[in-house]
Amino acid sequence: MTEPPLLDIRDLHLSMTSFDGEAHVLAGVNLSVRRNEVWGVVGETGCGKSLTGLSISRLVPSPPARYLGGEILFDGRDLLSLDEAGMRNLRGHRIGMIFQDPTTNLNPAFRIGEQLVDVALAADRRNPDILGVAARAGWRTRRRAARDVAVRTLAEVGITDAAERIDAYPHEFSGGMRQRVLIAMALIGRPDLLIADEPTTALDVSVQSQILALLAGMVRDHAMGVILITHNLGVVAKACSHVAVMYAGVIVESGPVAALLRKPSHPYTRALMASIPTSGVRRGELKGLPGQVPNLIKPPRGCRFAPRCAQAAEACRAGPPQPVDLGGGHMAACLKPGPAAEAA
Amino acid sequence: MLVLERVSKEFRGRRSLFNSGRTVSALRDVSLAVDRGETFGIVGESGSGKTTLTRLILRLDMPTSGRILFEGDDMARLSAAAMRRLRARIQIVFQDPYASLNPRMTVHDIVTEPMLIHRATLGLDQRTRTARAAELLAMVGLAEQHLHRYPHEFSGGQRQRIGIARALATGPAMLLLDEPTSALDVSVQAQVLNLLHGLQQRLGLTYVFISHDLSVVRYICDRLAVVNRGEIVETGQAEDVFRNPANPYTRMLLAAMPDLPSP
Repeated sequence: MTEPPLLDIRDLHLSMTSFDGEAHVLAGVNLSVRRNEVWGVVGETGCGKSLTGLSISRLVPSPPARYLGGEILFDGRDLLSLDEAGMRNLRGHRIGMIFQDPTTNLNPAFRIGEQLVDVALAADRRNPDILGVAARAGWRTRRRAARDVAVRTLAEVGITDAAERIDAYPHEFSGGMRQRVLIAMALIGRPDLLIADEPTTALDVSVQSQILALLAGMVRDHAMGVILITHNLGVVAKACSHVAVMYAGVIVESGPVAALLRKPSHPYTRALMASIPTSGVRRGELKGLPGQVPNLIKPPRGCRFAPRCAQAAEACRAGPPQPVDLGGGHMAACLKPGPAAEAA
Repeated sequence: MLVLERVSKEFRGRRSLFNSGRTVSALRDVSLAVDRGETFGIVGESGSGKTTLTRLILRLDMPTSGRILFEGDDMARLSAAAMRRLRARIQIVFQDPYASLNPRMTVHDIVTEPMLIHRATLGLDQRTRTARAAELLAMVGLAEQHLHRYPHEFSGGQRQRIGIARALATGPAMLLLDEPTSALDVSVQAQVLNLLHGLQQRLGLTYVFISHDLSVVRYICDRLAVVNRGEIVETGQAEDVFRNPANPYTRMLLAAMPDLPSP
């Protein structure tokens, strides 16, 4: 644990300009990820989880986005002060990305193989180990080596007959297979950090569990750090070692999965868990969350969850609550965290 | 109330000079019976034939073989006029509340349109239609003041409520719910599921609930059928199927279901 974190997001503030004014969409996000950790970032639509992921790979267009403060330290370097060229050196090479929709993220006009070879050739420019050919090797040799890497990676993500399938077009693949291709694409550059934004949301549960198992294997083999963005707490329980719950641009609770799911301590986390139907819940007794996500152009003063919180008191509206350490790395940004508050 | 007897549906592939077209059988020998007032779940993964099944029940497609009976009548043999009357009795709520509401129509127009289409059956004049639209909105948890707004002014959950109000407009006996909550956040999903449950109790509706989300199906359904590759592999009381799945495919589905650890 003496090793510094791979990724350290410190007090990140992001705002977006819109016609109606400036929305403070990330309001002090803190998150650090070490190697071999799989962090699930959960929250509902519009809570800022995707923006957090995109900020790490610096893919949020600015304008309209504006970073108001904070830093994103990757291996000790602040990504926010890096120029575009420096960022390009990291993307796809040290930081891999997988997006939600496998259909729109593959080019339908090119064979799977060509798209993977392109990635492999680009990655090789940064890390010559990837193709394993001599620096002065010719174009043909490089391409052949890149193709071998592509086939190997496809096989690694569980595509059978990779050597033949590599010449197929994306439309010949099913959704699950396309998602595997995207994972292969992200892994070719052997990233240290993988950001997977809803990688299984569009897939069937049986395929989802295969993909999650695949990701777990990759983390083990490559000692990666992973940020898995999802809205499904079930996926988090299955695939993650740690979890951060986001609400309205703030991480309201975070910690090791087992501890957090056993003792959800922020009222929002509890409300989120209570709204998932489980075997014990009788029909008609499922608890939804009343009210709506706050308008981030004029966010509520103090705790952003206060307007929907059953336990909110005057003090909650005074200022944003500081994270409280509940032990073992479990934190909750609430003035009265813990299940004890439920009785009150 | 709704009975399917050995229903099959085949689709012919395109024929060309060189081949006679491949036949895809989307449903094979599907038999099921939905009782009045219950919620019947149809569970399956993509490509299992769920959508084909809904299209057949709505008679948007005709089965290749087999019969579909609604309240005792064979739907294939109904006259056009009888079919129109029947359509008012079966309504559908779609999966995507963003795509299934016309952005250029007001909520009033969206909710009254089915009443306008079925005016011969329902016999409502314009004033009663508007009054009923307001009633329906109240029933689904919206207010009369929302009548003259447009869909884009509503959140996903509110839009799905509008979709439900529209489905209820003709006073149907049965609702086909095609993944009505899969586009929604869990907290909103919980509200919509509770709304559906409340409406069922109040109006005595029969639901056919199509979903791939097993935990939702377990929560809302009395009985269910598991569909795999166009065939029903298992049917039974929802609780029984979840406790003792008999079919290997069902067991695989249940094992793959990401579940929260019980606290």
